Amino acid sequence: MSSRRSRSSRHSGGSRISEDQINDLVSKLQQLLPELRNRSSDKVSAARVLQDTCNYIRSLHREVDDLSDRLSELLETSDTTQAALIRSLLMQ
Amino acid sequence: MASMLMKNPVTSSDRSIIARRKKKKTNLSSKDQNENTIINHNNNNNNNSRDSTNEWKSQAQQQVYSSKLLKALHHAQTSAPAPKGGQAVREVADRVLAATAKGRSKWSRAILTNRLKLKFMKKQSKRQSVARSKPSRLTKKPRAGIMLKLRTKSLPAFQKKARVLSRIVPGCQKQPLPVVLEEATDYIAALEMQVRAMSALADLLSGASSTS
Repeated sequence: MSSRRSRSSRHSGGSRISEDQINDLVSKLQQLLPELRNRSSDKVSAARVLQDTCNYIRSLHREVDDLSDRLSELLETSDTTQAALIRSLLMQ
Repeated sequence: MASMLMKNPVTSSDRSIIARRKKKKTNLSSKDQNENTIINHNNNNNNNSRDSTNEWKSQAQQQVYSSKLLKALHHAQTSAPAPKGGQAVREVADRVLAATAKGRSKWSRAILTNRLKLKFMKKQSKRQSVARSKPSRLTKKPRAGIMLKLRTKSLPAFQKKARVLSRIVPGCQKQPLPVVLEEATDYIAALEMQVRAMSALADLLSGASSTS
């Protein structure tokens, strides 16, 4: 087992990517996911985290698409938009 | 007097020896300093990744994005009164999101360069197809990245999902696994901010249009 690890570290050379580093990144990713953030990292497999990440990013993309459709409809009404823009800029 | 003169060369030679020893010491300490700066730089990189994901959650970043988005949408509306549609708004939103990232992350650079490539290739495709060979030459990446993926997590299910994820996050298609994971964390934070900003904007506009 130790020989396998030393072999991999020698092959990676300057980059030195280790299993621990990847597990650390996976746990950081888990904290961002709404479904898995409360579960302990021991009980959640890395493959599950990746799967949920893909699903979550896809759902965020869909939400952005829906919002952009909604915004395009709202922006088409040209009379109200200019006043609305000025108002919203002032509010921010 | 003579004795003092006699002493002086001795002291000067001593001084030179001491100076040489000091130089050796400073060389060694500078090497240590270099290592320390490398370690600090790595730590700073880690801190930077955490800071940047926290930055996307901040209200200030959201306001910056919202104001840029409004300006870009207004500009797009006045300059090109072509059929807007959701797709055009989506493109503007993604472009502004990538611009807000200030080029710190790979996915933002990929979004911005993809738009330039599309524009460039549209112009070139009318004349020649030489432009297509150029981007492939520029985007040549070392094959070691794939080897690292196979060595670290060798389960096929994990590999499949890692490959799917690398295709979803823009600009990470042939990147090694830790790069993909880091880009994914930043990308998720940025997308959440984008959703918050756009929904707030839609509420404002729909509220404004209903009252006026």
